Amino acid sequence: MTMQFNEESFRGDYTFRNSPAAIRRFPFPFDRDEYMYSVNIEQHPGGPEGSPFEFAFDVDEHYVAEMKDREITLAEDPMRCQSLPHMELAGWDLLELIMVSKARDYPELFKLSRDGNAWHWINKPLGIDKKFTFLDPTTLPCGPLEYITRQAQGDFALLHEREGNLWLDAGMVTSQADWSLDFDVGMNFFEWHAPVPKARKMGVFDKALKFLLAVTQEKSYRRLNWTMTVNPRLDTSPENYHKWGPEKRTITPENVGAKQFLRVELQTFWRLPRSNALAFPIRCYLCNLEDIATQPKWGRRLHRVLRDIDPDLAEYKGFAVNQKVILDYLSQFDDGAETSPGIFPD
Amino acid sequence: MSKLALKVTAVETLSPLVKRFRFESPTGAPLPVFSGGAHITVEMPEGEIVRRNSYSLISDPYDGSGYEIAVRREDRGRGGSRHMHTKVREGDEITVSAPANHFQLDLRARKHVLIAGGIGITPFLSQLKQLGMEQKPFELHYAARSREEAAGLKLLPGAAHIHIHISDEGARMDLGAILDGQPLGTHVYTCGPDGLITAVADQAARLGWPKTSVHSEAFTAPPPGEPFEVVVKSSGKTVTVKADQSLLEALEAAKVEIDYSCRGGACGRCETHVTACDGRILHNDHWLSEAERAEQKTIMPCMSRFKGARLELDL
Repeated sequence: MTMQFNEESFRGDYTFRNSPAAIRRFPFPFDRDEYMYSVNIEQHPGGPEGSPFEFAFDVDEHYVAEMKDREITLAEDPMRCQSLPHMELAGWDLLELIMVSKARDYPELFKLSRDGNAWHWINKPLGIDKKFTFLDPTTLPCGPLEYITRQAQGDFALLHEREGNLWLDAGMVTSQADWSLDFDVGMNFFEWHAPVPKARKMGVFDKALKFLLAVTQEKSYRRLNWTMTVNPRLDTSPENYHKWGPEKRTITPENVGAKQFLRVELQTFWRLPRSNALAFPIRCYLCNLEDIATQPKWGRRLHRVLRDIDPDLAEYKGFAVNQKVILDYLSQFDDGAETSPGIFPD
Repeated sequence: MSKLALKVTAVETLSPLVKRFRFESPTGAPLPVFSGGAHITVEMPEGEIVRRNSYSLISDPYDGSGYEIAVRREDRGRGGSRHMHTKVREGDEITVSAPANHFQLDLRARKHVLIAGGIGITPFLSQLKQLGMEQKPFELHYAARSREEAAGLKLLPGAAHIHIHISDEGARMDLGAILDGQPLGTHVYTCGPDGLITAVADQAARLGWPKTSVHSEAFTAPPPGEPFEVVVKSSGKTVTVKADQSLLEALEAAKVEIDYSCRGGACGRCETHVTACDGRILHNDHWLSEAERAEQKTIMPCMSRFKGARLELDL
């Protein structure tokens, strides 16, 4: 099967759209009719064929357009990609992980030939054919982290382990849910999570850190996180809040189904071999309410989750201002019927 | 923890007490590469017991063609190293864990000072290769009692910044001289007996080194001891720990789910809450603080034992 890539935009005229197949494979994050924090962690990769969990790094119909959007964001603000000097080796680790995974999982799109450290990488969707020397940064046009993450959907954080903590010492962040790499770079696990309400008191972060420090090579994990975004915008950054913040006020009962998106992050955790750093890719998936409601189970469940959510979380996830309009819209899909367990559509 | 089924492809005697082992994939498939200072856990089945010891990898971290370890025979141990020395031969199958690292180089350092005592040389052998590839300034100090016992001599390259201190020859290591005058931003790493680790930490503190620049890995396998019993709270089951078995190994044999990594009391992974203790926990780990030890509310099953009437674990 040859993958078709959409021509679409994530800003300005917002022509982003999901095909019916993309809707059905959307990683709907709620496995029950209510939501509270949990350490909802599973092994990764692995999942139903065609799902975004099947492969290490999911490639979908939005790949080419997302990479173009990243290019625009980086041209306006190069600080979206940073790597402290000791993190270069982790960048090579990540480059290897992504190239090897993509060439294995999508042989019709990517090809990697290796002869010792002489590597040849072909990325057909982006038209890249590059020979370079692994671990020699002078043979790439930019650092290894930037090079590979300009070719991989989602944001990437590289975490350095020391003093029993994890430090956010490198990353590529252009499709984030309102956080800033430039602000957080160099912070430890508790510092960069400080804005999350309630969780620290619940002990969530102590448990999460303990879990992450225990992640070993050859065994990776994932979890889903979510928020809400008005318009299909990848770059909802603090730096550009003046561009997207006001858009929250454009929601009306007439346009909410098309303009209000559920934003899901597929977060994965990898121990990198050479650097012993952790890679934390955060892949963003967008789906608007009317597309979600095409799956009756999801329409019912999303209504119940957003209706009963803790007000602090509605505020933190940035949709409290539109909660009533969203609920009025979603209530038409909730007939009170029972929903089946699990995240997948019926 | 993912496991690798490998084959023993070389066994070499390095000194009267130390042997080198090489493991390769039976299919020739490349093994996962690793970082300097990493270890693997080796499974040693013997009758009904499966002993598991962790050993530092001494081979080139970026060479996936095989893993190498060096094992010192501890005749007063609970039998793991003796098993490696007397039972494991070329051609045998052997199960090991994927590499993990609790003693990694801090690549922020301007310079690395590595201090090894005896068999504590092992984690530095892979780190040396990584430092070489990274082209980072370093110096290594290797202390041993006698030249005959110094197994590391056969594994160390000759170089100006590799210093050998043989105490029988009157060349004892002078920690003050090593640490004094190092450039700002230097990190020091010690592996060896507890006394050496403490001496380096004390010397570094006297010279005003930041604590975060001082790293160590204590090199110990679980000690044997008198047999004892523990109760698993969730099931009420009583588990007997034999003299030559660690508590962790006994729990594993009883199919009690428990996480681990270093199996040497250093990483904290197997820390377990104690729900009842009528007796005395024999703490042998490097993880719990003095205050935590005194409380007797937690135990590190990989290393520690118990003497008394009843010990119940929150498992």
